[in-house]
Amino acid sequence: MSVSTPKERRIILKHADDPNYSNRIGCYLREGGYENLKKAFSMQPGEVGEEVLKSGVRGRGGAGFPAGMKWKFLDRKSGKPIYLICNADESEPGTFKDRQIMYKDPHQLIEGMMITAFAIGAKQAFIYIRAEFHEGARILERAISEAKKAGFCGNNILDSEYSCDLVVHRGAGAYICGEETGLIESLEGKRPNPRIKPPYFPAVLGLYQCPTIVNNVETLCNVRHIIGMGGEEFSKIGKPNNTGTRIWCVSGQVMKPGYYEFECGSLTLGQLIFDVCGGLRPGRSLKAVIPGGSSAKVLRADERFSGTLKDGTEFDWGLEDIPLDFDGPMAAGSMSGSGGIIVMDDTVDIVEAMANVNAFYAHESCGQCTPCREGSLWMRKISQRMCSGGAREEDADLLLSVAKQIEGRTICAFGEAAAWPTQSFVTKFKEDFIRKATDSPKERDPKSLQLI
Amino acid sequence: MDNSINLSDDTLSKIDEVVPKYPEKRSAALMVIHLVQDELGAVDDASCEWIARRLELQPINIKELITFYPMLREKPWGRKHVRVCRTLPCALRGSYGTCKTFEEKLGIKEGHVSEDGEYSLEFMECLADCGQGPVVIVDEKTYENIDGKTAEKFADLLIDGKLDESEDFHSYEDSLTQETKN
Amino acid sequence: MIAPDNKEMVNITLNGIEVEVPNGINAVEAAALHGKEVPHYCYHPKLSVAGNCRMCLVEMGTPMRDRASGEPILDEDGTPKIGWVPKPVIGCATNITPGMHLKTESDLVNECREGIMEFLLVNHPLDCPICDQAGECRLQEFATDYGRGYSRYVERKNVKPKRTRLGPRVTLDDERCILCSRCIRFSQEVAKDDVLGFVDRGSFSTLTCFPGKELANNYSLNTVDICPVGALTSTDFRFKMRVWFLKESKSVCTESSAGCNTLVSSREGTIQRITPRRNDQVNDTWMTDSGRELYKLVKAKSRIRRPSFQGSDLPLDDAISQAFEALKNKKIGVVASCHSSLEEQFLIKRLVEETGAKVFIRGHFGEDDGILLSADRTPNLRGALVAGLTNHYPSDHLNDLNESLADGHVDALLVMGEDLKESGVNEDHLKKVPLVFLGTHQNSTSDCAEVVLPGLTVFEKSGSLINRSFFLQSFDQAIPCPAGLMTDFKILARLIDLFSEDSIAPSELDQIWEALSSSENSVLKGITFLKIKKGAIQLDESKWEHLSFVEKEALHYLPTGVIAS
Repeated sequence: MSVSTPKERRIILKHADDPNYSNRIGCYLREGGYENLKKAFSMQPGEVGEEVLKSGVRGRGGAGFPAGMKWKFLDRKSGKPIYLICNADESEPGTFKDRQIMYKDPHQLIEGMMITAFAIGAKQAFIYIRAEFHEGARILERAISEAKKAGFCGNNILDSEYSCDLVVHRGAGAYICGEETGLIESLEGKRPNPRIKPPYFPAVLGLYQCPTIVNNVETLCNVRHIIGMGGEEFSKIGKPNNTGTRIWCVSGQVMKPGYYEFECGSLTLGQLIFDVCGGLRPGRSLKAVIPGGSSAKVLRADERFSGTLKDGTEFDWGLEDIPLDFDGPMAAGSMSGSGGIIVMDDTVDIVEAMANVNAFYAHESCGQCTPCREGSLWMRKISQRMCSGGAREEDADLLLSVAKQIEGRTICAFGEAAAWPTQSFVTKFKEDFIRKATDSPKERDPKSLQLI
Repeated sequence: MDNSINLSDDTLSKIDEVVPKYPEKRSAALMVIHLVQDELGAVDDASCEWIARRLELQPINIKELITFYPMLREKPWGRKHVRVCRTLPCALRGSYGTCKTFEEKLGIKEGHVSEDGEYSLEFMECLADCGQGPVVIVDEKTYENIDGKTAEKFADLLIDGKLDESEDFHSYEDSLTQETKN
Repeated sequence: MIAPDNKEMVNITLNGIEVEVPNGINAVEAAALHGKEVPHYCYHPKLSVAGNCRMCLVEMGTPMRDRASGEPILDEDGTPKIGWVPKPVIGCATNITPGMHLKTESDLVNECREGIMEFLLVNHPLDCPICDQAGECRLQEFATDYGRGYSRYVERKNVKPKRTRLGPRVTLDDERCILCSRCIRFSQEVAKDDVLGFVDRGSFSTLTCFPGKELANNYSLNTVDICPVGALTSTDFRFKMRVWFLKESKSVCTESSAGCNTLVSSREGTIQRITPRRNDQVNDTWMTDSGRELYKLVKAKSRIRRPSFQGSDLPLDDAISQAFEALKNKKIGVVASCHSSLEEQFLIKRLVEETGAKVFIRGHFGEDDGILLSADRTPNLRGALVAGLTNHYPSDHLNDLNESLADGHVDALLVMGEDLKESGVNEDHLKKVPLVFLGTHQNSTSDCAEVVLPGLTVFEKSGSLINRSFFLQSFDQAIPCPAGLMTDFKILARLIDLFSEDSIAPSELDQIWEALSSSENSVLKGITFLKIKKGAIQLDESKWEHLSFVEKEALHYLPTGVIAS
């Protein structure tokens, strides 16, 4: 590699692995905690929003939509109360960043949320946390009560007129609750069936049909830092349109999987895998990478990616050259999603890997709309049969066709999340799928890694 | 006050505390279900009806939730509930082997409860700790890097009731507390 | 319901052709107005929009505007440039805006429909020949139009409960259910009885009631009507009949003053079922379960099938003569009925005028359910007002008749179906006077009548009724009447003719309406029966505004004096 790998720049996870730093408020205050909340309260709410807009910060939950813009869509004319929800349902396979924040530095999230609540004029705020984070919910509850006692949350925040209660709400193990309108339904005590858009855009008709902002944990933490350093300054971190840092969660078959925070666009996928994560296990070679959580399209190790970026520059990348920001993986035909990078080496049976992903989406489909409900289960049944000695040559094309019949036709983005893995796995590794039918043994090798 | 399902005073008071936190009662459904399930181990039909009355809903409204969410139960798990992550990142690091080891050691198939009600095993979807897979959760504690081989020792300690005092396995939650003393 | 109530017409382009549609209605309705069917399962015009079946996917575009100036962006040829949404959108949740472009027949749209059809069928049993829904199944219909024609599915189908009793009148086959949620939405939004729900999730989601609860409300059968597939079936009608053998006739439910529009389905003169017929101003697409049972009266044991005189059968003509003999030169009391059709009431009025008889009429009342079973349990109380049979609001008894009989002001009776004993008339009085009974079913009054003239049920005759909102609505004869009988107003006309020396009473619907509509002061002026058949007619109710009607606020009904919210 010609350019040397940069060092991590930890803003969000600054204290995550500090043995002398706890998740209690004392520690947080010693490190300058809640100073930015005070700063925000010395501004007008609109000014806070402007700073966030200026920062260019994009949502860290998966879609990468500019957060400041999202806030602008809020319907303020209706006169209905406004709600803020933190999406802490972290459930995209391969993603484990929000866990670190909530367990290790919860006050950072609370400060970010209270600044956001103030900026948008929220009447009440919720943290929707996945229920498998048993301790995480308790840590947040305790942190909130500490913050309330200190006047950073709840009634008359910092002795101002502004009050906003913050409530921790636990999910119960459903991936679909990460979809913001599914989350809202869940928070209303209903089955988390995502809502049709139009008309139910959360910023207009969200929680209780009131204007609602749903932001990811990491996004809300960034708000705290944007106010601290100013939107202008924040926008200088990373690259234009890809500002701030990103936490890359690396899992799968590398030597040192884990979470790594870098300035956006400061390193390539190759640098992350081979330098930061210590490369693959001895004797293995890279087969495929899913760059943005399991719903992102898989990238093949020997693929070439070429085209023209938004700014007009032409690119011709190998997998290792893909810059890690929002736009890089997108230009390569996939996405950086929630930052979950899943690495597969050459020992992986690619059909089984896809079958594993298919099983996940079939299990997690809420079942509300036809294409996702029936298509995701059908794909699972096909891929499972293929891995159990029943593969047919036509299955590859059938899978592609089923996936195509889901994509773009569902109520929520789950349809794409279920279809994209299948489409990319089959298209890019078609020979593996054909081979399953033609010369794969009917019994699996008991020593091989089982994925389904 | 209606307490036909015999909840403890502690649970009742927690329920009374949580319901008014929401602008609409129905919103408290999941939290109330969790509290009931934490105490009773499951939410049976009688509990559904009790929760529905408490929140001024119809029992079907609660049943719809119990059966949708994998963590909500109509019948209880074992006294020790082992969850192994099945999803790709953990599978890539051997979680199918982990599950198999537990099946052999605990003598139950995944998705089942042992006859004596002591253990249950669940092979479930992503637990959001993919960097240290395979991930295993015992009751509420998360253990990392438990592959098929490691799981043998892990299961033995679990069965002997010595997991908590073991030097070899520290849960994510316990490591946290140790690292973060004020 | 997402679409606003808006009558303003706007231009849109539908499949390349400019057409006019009401602003704000959805694309499914807009296309239908111009003969383009957008297939759908979950969308129902009278329920909230769920958008889950995805069958109504269409292509949609809107005229592009310059962000800064707001000016339309024009194509090279000067026409507005259309920004097409990159993905297909669901027609049911796409509300018309001026200038919108819709494609309901493109390759992409057809591909979407084919895909959805395939998905809906992969876990659906393909045993159509033995399915009760056959012939009125939207899956069958759209599979014919958009199906692939062969199956690519070689996996096992999901297994779900069959033949579940959902309630006393509804049976559920979960394997046939396509999870469109129409029945759930109906129960919540219209019947206000939140008993149905989905349990489990994904493709394994299953429709059910909570254990121990049932879909038992008086509107449960509407879920069967709106179920687009064979999942919900009527336990009564199930497997009785292939629907394509049924003859359908338009009728009106006589259960109460709500006046639900209905379809009466019969085969070879036997009624098999009654279902609601859409009327957006009266009953939308709903009716009560109890109203559907009324056809059973046709063959009830107590049905009067033969004319009789002093207990012996005789031909109808002779019976009418006996009736005249019994009544002539008497101080007649006529007990009219709010169950009679307007035409019958008109002839009663005519008879009264001809004979100088005194009219008595009572009402029948019950609980108002606030939906489609109103407190007035007769279909035509307002008809009695319009026909001029009474100026007062009828009470639930005939005490005044009792008095008239006691003091001798009335010494002969013609009774239109009412049970006088049950109406508070002393039996001893009845024994003293000749009594002619004209009605459909036996009761204590027919039992003591000198002459019994059989009437026809609403299913065996034609006529009109005026509902609680003063809508004048017609009903058609659905089945032939029992042999040897004739429709009530013809009997009345014959009787009048016997009393009258110099005129002939109208005895055909058209003649009756000629008379009804010719009166200068009548609210019926200018109306013909043909006009009513074409659609309900709203009558001017101001003349009767001062009366205390008993109906409560309900679906499409506001009591006088209540201000609409």
